[in-house]
Amino acid sequence: MNVEITVNGTGHAVDVEPRLLLVHFLRENLALTGTHVGCDTTGCGACTVLLDGTPIKSCTFFAVQANGRSITTVEGLMQNGALHPIQEGFKEEHGLQCGFCTPGMMLVSKALLEENPDPSEEEIRWAISGNICRCTGYQNIVKSVQWAAKKLQEA
Amino acid sequence: MAVEQREHRWLGKSVKRKEDERFVRGKGNYVDDVKLPGMLHMAILRSPFAHARIKSIDTSRASELPGVVVVVTGEILAEHNLAWMPTLSGDTQAVLATDKVRMQGQEVACVIAETPYIAHDALELIDVDYEPLPVVVTPQQALEEGAPLIRDDKEGQEDNRIYHWEAGDAEATERAFAEADKVVSLETFYPRSHPSPLECCGCVADVNPATGQATIYMTSQAPHAHRTVFALVAGLPEQNIRIISPDIGGGFGNKVPVYPGYVVATAASLLLGRPVKWIEDRTGNLISTGFARDYYMTGELALRDDGTMLGLRVQMLSDQGYAYADAQPSKLRAGLFHIVTGSYDLPAAHVVTDGAYTNKAPGGVAYRCSFRVTEASFLIERLVQKAAYELGIDPADFRRQNFIKADQFPYESATGFVYDSGDYEKALDLALEQLDYKGLREEQAKAREEGRLLGIGIASFTEVVGAGPSKDYDILGIKMFDSAELRVHPTGKAILKLGVKSQGQGHETTFAQIVANELGLPPQDILVVEGDTDNTPYGLGTYASRSTPTAGAAAAVIARTLRDKAKKIAAHLLEASEDDLDWDGEKFSVKGAPDKAKTIQEVAFAAYTDLPEGMDAGLEGVKYYDPPNMTFPFGTYAVVVEIDRGTGQWKPLRVLAVDDCGVRINPMIVEGQIMGGLTEGFATAAMEQITFDEQGNCIGANFTDYLLPTAWETPSFELHETVTPSPHHPIGAKGVGESATVGSPAAFVNAVVDALAHAGVRNFEMPVTSDKVWQALHEVGLAE
Repeated sequence: MNVEITVNGTGHAVDVEPRLLLVHFLRENLALTGTHVGCDTTGCGACTVLLDGTPIKSCTFFAVQANGRSITTVEGLMQNGALHPIQEGFKEEHGLQCGFCTPGMMLVSKALLEENPDPSEEEIRWAISGNICRCTGYQNIVKSVQWAAKKLQEA
Repeated sequence: MAVEQREHRWLGKSVKRKEDERFVRGKGNYVDDVKLPGMLHMAILRSPFAHARIKSIDTSRASELPGVVVVVTGEILAEHNLAWMPTLSGDTQAVLATDKVRMQGQEVACVIAETPYIAHDALELIDVDYEPLPVVVTPQQALEEGAPLIRDDKEGQEDNRIYHWEAGDAEATERAFAEADKVVSLETFYPRSHPSPLECCGCVADVNPATGQATIYMTSQAPHAHRTVFALVAGLPEQNIRIISPDIGGGFGNKVPVYPGYVVATAASLLLGRPVKWIEDRTGNLISTGFARDYYMTGELALRDDGTMLGLRVQMLSDQGYAYADAQPSKLRAGLFHIVTGSYDLPAAHVVTDGAYTNKAPGGVAYRCSFRVTEASFLIERLVQKAAYELGIDPADFRRQNFIKADQFPYESATGFVYDSGDYEKALDLALEQLDYKGLREEQAKAREEGRLLGIGIASFTEVVGAGPSKDYDILGIKMFDSAELRVHPTGKAILKLGVKSQGQGHETTFAQIVANELGLPPQDILVVEGDTDNTPYGLGTYASRSTPTAGAAAAVIARTLRDKAKKIAAHLLEASEDDLDWDGEKFSVKGAPDKAKTIQEVAFAAYTDLPEGMDAGLEGVKYYDPPNMTFPFGTYAVVVEIDRGTGQWKPLRVLAVDDCGVRINPMIVEGQIMGGLTEGFATAAMEQITFDEQGNCIGANFTDYLLPTAWETPSFELHETVTPSPHHPIGAKGVGESATVGSPAAFVNAVVDALAHAGVRNFEMPVTSDKVWQALHEVGLAE
């Protein structure tokens, strides 16, 4: 099937198998390997990307469903060569260890902060509860999001 | 090796992690990110039965599917003597089943195809005719008279027993029990769980048909040990095998064993002359790879009426699945389970352990645990709480009364460990103070009057980590040393290569700090390299909290050796005697003339440009470090919970941890390890369990059935520390990666039990789900 998908601001007109999963389209066709596969069943969120700004799990989403839509992956977070405040926040607050869940965590956090620039701890925990982290125990992820929220508000 | 008494420039500093630069950009390099020209893809067909004879395997339809290159079966592997492989405990495990399948999910055939989609399509076209056999799902069944023999492939194996192993002194323990006023016992089951790192296992095997060089990118916590196993399994010359363990998306013990997928992909690449990638799916990971625990335990404490502990007797039966595949020190058949005397001065102890085969996944690998320390710690900390209730002594006081005292170290335990250092009372007191324990007990009493159920749980754990001294510790005969190679380049920048392998623990930062502290180069100038067997010295890998105790020690020692050489060079440059030089952590200066000085960078340059007569050029060296003893991290965890009397749900209100892991290198990373461990401890106590039905079907084959905690359920943590350096580690560090998974499950369960202790409740089995609590509430008449 011929589809047109915008990824991180760049348009891609491609012919894909209807059953091709979006995560594989991103990883294999576009070599954007920052989006990971952790569970295959929408359970862990390692594959989270933004579809027109809304988090989705790309391991259970066909590439063809993204036709005409805009996708943001972790590779699209940096702007003009500078880290996004969310990326800085994860570094500053030790919000990651093995790094496998981190792209998905940062993208759901971005979506949260765009909707709610000053979330409470409870709101952050709820927003990231579709994403599993096995390393950090989440407390530092919460702090990372708070760090980013503060930085974004100051900007 | 003494701890140096000087100001540490780089120890105790929360340096931001170097590795994060790539991870936050999505530029990590995990195995699935490796893409080689001409690469094929492999998928595994797994057995639907837990125990069955394979009557036939028909691969013809699968082979005909366009895009399929080859379908590999056990029969094909057997022709190359590859149908079975050794496990890390010296047992055998099938690579692809030939005669029988012995667990659900066992590897039966592999499809190698042009794309992963085609490989998976072809799996459905393989026809296997199975004859189901009687299934054994518990170790108790396995050891019954007349139980089906699971390992009938093994010569001389006449029943399902794998080992019987004892530690301690049976007679002395008998005497202690004969003298006791009171005996308190606890029978409990530590359920099977799964480490479930977020990244599943996988590899890309690339065998060059011209040179015979095999490069295998794989999810390995122990690349050097795996290279040796590959050499043994495949008969490949070891110099032709290069294992590269790139970034690893979490391990927790799950990536210690060698799995059939690695072996088949490598064999296929060898036969086809093309790279073969295998990436496991989550179900495959959950049902077939190294699980954890599955220990049935009974502990008995012999006590005087005044609360003095006289002796401990423990029986344990473990379910090892169909192959004994722990990464286990070969002399210790039940690992370090005999640390079960914990933090207590027990004059006598006797531990009897048995392991049995069942029709379940092989392994019993530790899940963030140093060879069964987790189960041991859970048993003693649960048993101690029960004994305190039976004696009518406060659980905290009872612990304090029986602790090994600070002046008793080094302390030889009744099961034969020599604890290096500890101050258990200090850690307990700090926890109680920070908790306001007295106030909380009053609040608990008041709450009970108001009809609310609060519980306070304590666990004062002692771990044994850092395996280990070569006289006692080896895996398949290879001594459990570890290594560090350090090269300082002419411009004063360095590369440090280690035999261990980080899976998120932050080695690139922590180990650079160790060298920085010894040698005076800033950590950012030290590149840390791990995980490539061609480019790092041999080591046994990262698990069992061993990296800092072993490779960390090696890094410190080699840095000191280079500093000694640097001093000689500095003396030459400064035209002074070595004895007249001071070292301030960054430069050498002439005593009494501080302006006459050479920085370590200047000395490094001289090591290649201006050497004393007769000295070899360069500033580099390698150290293989054989630890003189294990290290013994400890601490006290305290949990406060409230139970909902209507639903049985329990919620942690406070989780407080006092950890003593000796000297902390990077406190930020240490605290990250502790919080991650507390979360996995909470998960074990509250939700994680892999169950099986009577046919051996694994119930828990995805993240819907096997629950992992999210940010929503996970409590917040309050962290505190005491510091009791290890006297034998070069920088006094002990290792910390697993303390919290070892110590915290008992604290959570103790808290829930404590909430109902006044009503006579003494035990809950993990995971403590709300239905178990709800039932107990009804039994004791406290339900709402």
